[in-house]
Amino acid sequence: MGQQALCYDGTWKGLLSLIFDVYAYKYSISAIVTENNAIQSLLFTSALIHVVTEDIKSARVTKGIITSVGKKGYLELYHVFLSEKEGRELLILRTVQYYLGVKEQASKNYAHADVLEVKKIVKSVSRERHRMKAFIRFQLLKDGVYFAIAEPDFNVLPLISKHFKDRYADQKWIIYDVKRKYGLFYDGGEVQEIEFGTENRLDQKSISLAGHESEILYSTLWNQYFKSVNIRERKNLKLHIQHVPKRYWKYLNEKIEMGG
Amino acid sequence: MGSRIQEKLSILADAAKYDVSCSSSGSDRKNKDKGLGNTGAGICHTYTEDGRCVSLLKILLTNHCIFDCAYCVSRRSNDVKRAAFTVQEVVDLTINFYRRNYIEGLFLSSGIFQNADFTMERLVRIAKKLRKEHNFNGYIHLKTIPGASEELIFEAGLYADRLSINLEIPTEAGLKLLAPEKNHREMIHPIKYISNRILQTKEEKKIIKSTPKFAPAGQSTQMIIGAAKESDLQIVHAAQYFYTHYKMKRVYYSGYVPISNDLRLPAIGTEVPLVRENRLYQTDWLLRFYGFEADEIVNDMNPLLDLDIDPKLSWALRNMDRFPVDVNRAPYEMILRIPGVGVRSAKKILAARNFEKLRLEHLQKLGIAMNKAKYFISCHGYIQRYADQQSERIKHFILSGSSSKYVKAVSTQLNLF
Ligand code: SF4
Repeated sequence: MGQQALCYDGTWKGLLSLIFDVYAYKYSISAIVTENNAIQSLLFTSALIHVVTEDIKSARVTKGIITSVGKKGYLELYHVFLSEKEGRELLILRTVQYYLGVKEQASKNYAHADVLEVKKIVKSVSRERHRMKAFIRFQLLKDGVYFAIAEPDFNVLPLISKHFKDRYADQKWIIYDVKRKYGLFYDGGEVQEIEFGTENRLDQKSISLAGHESEILYSTLWNQYFKSVNIRERKNLKLHIQHVPKRYWKYLNEKIEMGG
Repeated sequence: MGSRIQEKLSILADAAKYDVSCSSSGSDRKNKDKGLGNTGAGICHTYTEDGRCVSLLKILLTNHCIFDCAYCVSRRSNDVKRAAFTVQEVVDLTINFYRRNYIEGLFLSSGIFQNADFTMERLVRIAKKLRKEHNFNGYIHLKTIPGASEELIFEAGLYADRLSINLEIPTEAGLKLLAPEKNHREMIHPIKYISNRILQTKEEKKIIKSTPKFAPAGQSTQMIIGAAKESDLQIVHAAQYFYTHYKMKRVYYSGYVPISNDLRLPAIGTEVPLVRENRLYQTDWLLRFYGFEADEIVNDMNPLLDLDIDPKLSWALRNMDRFPVDVNRAPYEMILRIPGVGVRSAKKILAARNFEKLRLEHLQKLGIAMNKAKYFISCHGYIQRYADQQSERIKHFILSGSSSKYVKAVSTQLNLF
């Protein structure tokens, strides 16, 4: 059999179903594309095999991965998936094949090129996940919802959902990813994914207009606090920027110059 | 009202900032009954412009103080603006900052107003209010006021995740000179009490699961560096003493920032000893995570830490007979002692060497600082040629960074044989 190009729906379960099919039909893969990309690149349209996403298939693969490298190894691959990095599907497939082929603890083989690449990506996605837990800034709106906008480098909202749910169990909140145009919404039950229509303006000005009366006070106080804790004699802007890279500043109210 | 509270915040945050502790970890308080917050994430929500982690709302309840410690901005004789928060103000600030994801919790300290118990009682009341009235499960760190009663300290421990008393000056003589109203005995007493309580609570918890928590994130302390002419030997040994005798979670080191014209202290404009502070933190890590004893790092022969190289490297250079370490065979404890190898890379080495014999190129990929490590290791396909070099020369190579040429020369030579 020659090499095949496979196409899946772009979801994590879809990719796991694809991996299932690779084992079931003994495909040898030349490329993996998502349906969206496939439409754009006519190149593949003829010889493309479409994978059907099915819970049974993805669950089997999940179980297989967890049995061989544990929950942690599985989550690492999910991180790689959310990195949206080019070629991530093939990397995940190859790594799974390696994991399932080797007996012990293969996810700890730091000397293996693919494993190492996985770890590298996991490191940067984790860093972004961690940064989002830190840098999300809620603004209280008139209707009692705590609202935050984010623009993460990777698609990390699924990775921070539980953290915010556990922590802010008694308040309504929304975290919206403006880059990927979807958000998380919590109002006391389960966290839901939401999308805003284009009529919703998500700039700071519109949000301020919808802000609760106490919002300006606490935002100003936080801004003030940030200035007060600074020790001038120790100033080290290089270190500061290393910890809080400039691209995050526009969503951090302590970094915004406040008038008055 | 907005501007008044803003002024208070600026005064009382400014006065609290010299306490460098920022940790919000070590406790795993769960969010109970759909309340607010939890601990355990230990997040730095932002960093100051001097690069320090901001994880807690760190403020004083008041900067009024009846004491006159020379190194402190809040000392009685200092001519500064004074302010005091009300209990409710601190509670509101904490809750509102927390809900906006600015902070992990509250770090509350205070100058001594009227007397120790009067002050301590208010600190405790704030923590109690947060826990009981607001079902707040975020992090609370309370400073124990020297001289406060055991009853109040006990109550504080019921609500706080962490308690701390800052020793500030590691030597009794230094303390007498700079903080005549304080003495070590009085400061050690509550440390001992808290340490015993924590132990006791742990024991009781084994038998009765519902035993209430007592300062689950333990206690910490801080020492000021460079205010009282103390040596690193004294500081490091004091730290080790705290870690072993009182099971301290953390000891913090704060380079003295000159704030006074007092002749007993470094003059205003003197540089903050940041490098020394950093070397002390590195030493602290060696004590806590690398299995080092204080004596191995600073002793009567070497009472001061090297400023130009890190303490692990200087230990290695003084103990060349322990090297080279074979990374494919050596036990974990010895891998940890290789300069340039951190805890994480040591663990990676142990995991990876199960799969294949490690070579230099593997080690490079594991994130080891090879510019240091290469003088102290041997591995597959790499013979250590530096082991019998004098440590002074190795130090010189590392510092000048010009050693790469030397390595090349050696390896081409090696290929010839
Ligand atoms: S007791 Fe505390 S607040 Fe008061 S002067 Fe001494 S160090 Fe400062």
